[in-house]
Amino acid sequence: MNAIFDWLQNFGQFWLNMLEKFGRSHLFLGRMLIGSLGFFRRFGLYVRQLHAAGVLTLSIVLVSGLFVGMVLALQGYNTLVGFGAEESLGVVVALTLVRELGPVVAGLLFAGRAGSAMTAEIGLMKATEQIAGLEMMAVDPFQRVYAPRFIAGFIALPCLAAMFSAIGVLGGYLVGVEVLGVDSGAFWSQMQASVDFVDDVVNGLIKAVVFGFVVSWIAIFEGADCIPTSEGVSRATTRTVVYSSLAILGLDFLLTAVMFNV
Amino acid sequence: MNNDNKTARADTEALVSIRDLHFSRGSNSIFNGLDFDIPRGGVTTIMGPSGTGKTTLLKMIGAQLKPRRGTIEVDGQNVHKLRRKPLYALRQRMGMLFQSGALLTDLTVFENVAFPLREHTDMPDSLIRHLVLMRLHAVGLRGARDLKPAQLSGGMARRVALARALVLDPMMIMYDEPFTGQDPISMGVLIELIASVNQALNLTSIIVSHDLQEAMSISSHVVIISNGKVVEAGSPAQLRASDSEWVQQFLQGNPDGPVPFQYQAPDYASDLFGDRPR
Amino acid sequence: MTSRIIEILVGLFMVLFFAAMVLLATRISNLSGIGGGSGYEITASFDNIGGLKVRAPVSAGGVRVGKVTGISYDSESFRANVTMQIEDSHRAFPLDTSASIYTAGLLGEQYIGLEPGAEEDFLEEGHEIELTQSAMVLEKLIGQVVFSKSGNNSSE
Repeated sequence: MNAIFDWLQNFGQFWLNMLEKFGRSHLFLGRMLIGSLGFFRRFGLYVRQLHAAGVLTLSIVLVSGLFVGMVLALQGYNTLVGFGAEESLGVVVALTLVRELGPVVAGLLFAGRAGSAMTAEIGLMKATEQIAGLEMMAVDPFQRVYAPRFIAGFIALPCLAAMFSAIGVLGGYLVGVEVLGVDSGAFWSQMQASVDFVDDVVNGLIKAVVFGFVVSWIAIFEGADCIPTSEGVSRATTRTVVYSSLAILGLDFLLTAVMFNV
Repeated sequence: MNNDNKTARADTEALVSIRDLHFSRGSNSIFNGLDFDIPRGGVTTIMGPSGTGKTTLLKMIGAQLKPRRGTIEVDGQNVHKLRRKPLYALRQRMGMLFQSGALLTDLTVFENVAFPLREHTDMPDSLIRHLVLMRLHAVGLRGARDLKPAQLSGGMARRVALARALVLDPMMIMYDEPFTGQDPISMGVLIELIASVNQALNLTSIIVSHDLQEAMSISSHVVIISNGKVVEAGSPAQLRASDSEWVQQFLQGNPDGPVPFQYQAPDYASDLFGDRPR
Repeated sequence: MTSRIIEILVGLFMVLFFAAMVLLATRISNLSGIGGGSGYEITASFDNIGGLKVRAPVSAGGVRVGKVTGISYDSESFRANVTMQIEDSHRAFPLDTSASIYTAGLLGEQYIGLEPGAEEDFLEEGHEIELTQSAMVLEKLIGQVVFSKSGNNSSE
C-alpha cells in the first residue's frame, strides 16, 4: 500500500517539476527577448554567435543536403519511371526538399550540432561561475550571453534550411539529369511550374524560423538551467538534443497541417 | 533604508550588516539566524567547517540568492529590496573573486580585465588600455595580457580576476576561498596581494576561507560560523584567546572534540553485531 | 580566431544564404512570374484545357518560350480563356500560330505547344491565337475506345 503512495508521490512530483520547469522556461524566454533589445549595441557579439551557430553547422548541412537530394532523385526516379513520368522528378525532389526535408533535416542537424554546443557552452559557463561572475560585475547575462545566442540561432536555421534545399535540388539534378538521363529542360521547367515561391519556399522558411526559435530556446534554457557539474551539463546536452528533435517533428506536423492542407 | 540601528554613522560603522538571516536548501537548513557586522576597512575573514554555506553567504551579500528571512545591508542599502538598476549600480562597487576566477573563456586576459570598463563606461580605448595595464601590473601579470584563461594556472587566473575586480575601483571585494588548491608560492603571492591591495586602495575585503593560518595572518576581523550561527567573532588575537572548546578545536584542527569524528550513527557494537542487516 | 576572420566567414555565410534564396526563387520556383516579369501576353481560348494549370510551360518546338499566367472561364462562349506570357526574346510568332495542349509523358504535367504558321505579321501584346486544339482528356479517350469497340466502329 505504501509503495503505491510512494509511486504516486513520485509521479506527482515529476509532473509538478515539469510544470515548474515549463513555467520557468517561459519567464526565461521573456527575459531573453527583452535582453535581445541590445542587438545594435552589441552587434559584434551577435556576429560571433552567428559564426558559432551558422558557419560551424554549414558544412554538415551542405553535405547532408547534397546526399539527401541525390537519394531523393534515385528513389523518385525508380518510382516515377514506372508511370513514364520521370520528367516530374524535379518536382518531386524540389517539393520534398523545400516543404519538408529542408527545414526538418536542417533543424535536426542544427539541434545536434549547434544546439548541443550552445547547451554545453552555457552549462560550462555556469559550472565555472562565469555566469555568476557576470552578474556580480553588474552585467546581465541575458543581454550578454543568452540573447546573442538566441537571436543567432533564430537567424541561422532558416539560412541553413534554404541552403540545404538549394544544394539538395542540385544533388537531385546531378543524379537525375547527369546520371539517370532525365531531360534537363523538363527537370527545371516542371519544377518551376509546380513549386510556388510563396506557398512552398516561403512556408518552408517559416517552418525553419519556428524551428530555429524553439531549438535555440530549448538549448539555451537547458544550458542555463542545468545542474552546474560535469554530469549535469552532459545530461542537459542530451536533453537539448532529445527535446529539440521531438519539438521539431511535432511542430512540423502542426505547421504542415496549417500551411499546406487547410 | 530608515532603520533604527543607524546609530553611529562614523567610520566604525559596518559596511555589511547581516541581521537574523535564515536560509535553507530543500529541507537542509543552512543559516538559522545569522547575525553579524563586517566593519568598514580592513580584512574580515569568515571561517567555518566545510558545508556551512560560506559561499552561499557571499552570494547573498551580492544579492544573487534571496534569504528565507532576515536582511543584509550593504552600505546602508537592503540588497534584497533593491530594484534591478540600483542593485546593478551597487554591484559595480562590489568586486567578487570566485574560486575558479570566473574569467570569460572566450576573451584574452587583457579583454577580461577591460570587460567591466567596456560594459559600464564609455572610456576611449587609450584610457582603458592604461587602466588595464596598471591593474595587470599591480597583480604582476602585465606580460600575460595576450594569454587566454585556459593557458593560465589557477593562481594566475585568480590574480587576473583580482585585477578585473579592481578595475572599477570598488569599495569592497569578496574573495571566495582564495587559497584553496594553491602551491605555497602562489599562496604567498595571493596573501601578499590581498593585504597590499586592501591597504593601498582603502578597501574592505571579505574572505571566505578555511585556510586558517593564511587567513588569520592578514585578517583584522574574524567571524566563525557553524551550524548556521556565529560561534565567535573578533580579532585573531581575541579568537586565539577564546575559551570556547569548539573554537579551540577548530583553530587547532583536532580530529575529535565538540565536533565528533564520527558522523551521527547508532552504537558501533550493536551496529556490527546487531540482528538488523542493512 | 580573430574577429576579422569570423566576420568574413559570417559574411560568406550570408552570401551563400542569398545565393540559395536566389536559386530557390528563380530556378526552383518561378518568382519572376509574380511581378509580371518581362515578355508579352497573348491569349487563346480552348474548348477544354484538361489539367492545365497556371505557370505551366508554353513551348514551341519543344523549347520553353513562356508560361501560362491566367486561366478563366468565359460564360458567354462557354470556353476556357488562357493567358500566356511569352518571353521577349521570342517575338517572332506569326499571327496564324496554333496552340495545342499536350501532356508531358503519360501522366505528366500539361503544357501548351505553339506551332508557328506562315503569316508575315507577328503576334503582339494582347493578340489572340485563333487556332487552338483542346487537351486530350484521358477519360474521354478511353470512353471513345470502349465505345468504338463495342459499337463495331459504328461511331466513326
